[in-house]
Amino acid sequence: MSSHHTDLLIVGAGPAGMAAAVTARRQGLSVRVVDDQAAPGGQIWRGIETVAATPRLARLGEAYGAGAGSALAFRQSGAIYEPGAQLWQIEPGIRAFVTRDGRASSVTADALVLATGAQERPVPFPGWTLPGVLTVGAAQILLKTSDAIPDKPVWIAGCGPLPLLYMTQLLAAGGQIAGFLDTTPRGRLGASLRHLIQGLSQVGDLAKGLSWDVKLRRAGFPIVRYVTEIVAEGKERIERLRYRTASGQSGNVPAEVLLVHEGVVPNVHATLSLGCKMEWHAAQQCYRPSLDAWGETSQPRIFVAGDGAGIGGAQAAELRGRIAALRIAAQLGRISEGKAEEVAGGERRALKRALSLRPLLDAYYAPRPQVFAPPDETIVCRCEEVTAGDLRAQAIKGRPGPNQLKAFTRAGMGPCQGRQCGYTIAHILAAAQNRPVEEVGFYRIRPPLKPVTLGELASLDEPEQAA
Amino acid sequence: MFRKLHDPGTDALTVLIDGVPVPAAVGESVAAVLLRQPQGWSRTTPVSQTPRAPYCMMGVCFECLIEVDGRGSVQGCMTPVENGMRIARQQGRRTLVA
Repeated sequence: MSSHHTDLLIVGAGPAGMAAAVTARRQGLSVRVVDDQAAPGGQIWRGIETVAATPRLARLGEAYGAGAGSALAFRQSGAIYEPGAQLWQIEPGIRAFVTRDGRASSVTADALVLATGAQERPVPFPGWTLPGVLTVGAAQILLKTSDAIPDKPVWIAGCGPLPLLYMTQLLAAGGQIAGFLDTTPRGRLGASLRHLIQGLSQVGDLAKGLSWDVKLRRAGFPIVRYVTEIVAEGKERIERLRYRTASGQSGNVPAEVLLVHEGVVPNVHATLSLGCKMEWHAAQQCYRPSLDAWGETSQPRIFVAGDGAGIGGAQAAELRGRIAALRIAAQLGRISEGKAEEVAGGERRALKRALSLRPLLDAYYAPRPQVFAPPDETIVCRCEEVTAGDLRAQAIKGRPGPNQLKAFTRAGMGPCQGRQCGYTIAHILAAAQNRPVEEVGFYRIRPPLKPVTLGELASLDEPEQAA
Repeated sequence: MFRKLHDPGTDALTVLIDGVPVPAAVGESVAAVLLRQPQGWSRTTPVSQTPRAPYCMMGVCFECLIEVDGRGSVQGCMTPVENGMRIARQQGRRTLVA
């Protein structure tokens, strides 16, 4: 067997990728894991191996600490682990092209697990490109990997569990909060409570969320509810922040750092580029791959596990990783189909429990409508600086789809390849053309998935591959 | 914009940003170090030359593109710092230098 070939290739070393690797290794498969980060853990457990040995662990909370055991099991699994590796092309078959340390190489495998996780949902509003405006997730990564916090009292705006978690972590680290603009719309409690019964087994998580809420209210910073509009103003960086609530209350305050968050969406670029069948997830307002009960896509032996399969959290991600690995072990003849079914049964029951609170969270924290309908002056495509007004003007000329709009305006043509504008553009088109957003579709995603230099291409080890 | 909470001790190293020595620590990214600088911005855009700074810190927004050791448009948030690393803020479009 060539050193470039393994039974299984896993993309991503977060909860799903690591769990899939450990399970597959236990069944005797050879496994390669490529990951773009420098250390295992994904986004939720960023920097866990370093932080676990320090007193900083305590202020990041138990759910973060739980990653230490998973990272250790992964390290000991015997999987080939290639950190700092950027995947830029992947083909059915299965062949992947990655760049690592400035050199490109291609690897092959009999099966693939995409465990590429999630990204924060882009939140366009006037001024969101100003220095000093970051996502809440970005600030949390800075806390985990750099032990850094905003040096002045920080404004936080958004909706979802992450802002609440980050604010409690920030206070524990000695940071200061200028205020929280809660963008969760009014009336969400009623809409979400009908999902409570099925989530009762996860009531501990709900209690944890409520305890954050109580802690934050006691901290004494202003909390403004039902915020609908946000504008960041400044010349070279954010200097002021304006907001308005559903009842018309408005504010205009000085701000040096503003952190925003409106939920997370699956990373689907690799899945889309492989031509896997996708479906619209209405409750989470995003695309996800169509998967069978094992996590296999419409393409044989290509699996998606973790939040890339639809947002489910770390616990669900690990279970989906294990379930996919069991099926692959059976497909490659390492265990019987019956044995795979038997073991997967327990994992599936645990997965159902882990996901049981999700419908309640999806309903409660569904993004406010303004996230998808920014004012005309808002930059929607950050890379090419195309505004919502530019896009709306083109959207009514001949009923274009996202790919035509890209050609007309350059929106989505920059280095991020639509990761920051894809959904906004789909919603702008849908609204302008009066059709459902899922009918509008998404950009056609082509390789390279990440920019690659000619020098890196020239370093491709093709002769070695053929040998 | 941001400040580091602990003294890196033996993990301390130095990088050069536009020729100026700046303290950093093992394990952090170029973008994390940039967010601690008083300038606030880390590049200007090719389209309108307006200032930008790191936004997502996880490789999906490409706002932190920067020159590292002579290589242009590197993702600062995906690049761990190394002692003596030369970091240069990019301004506007890249130009060909003979």
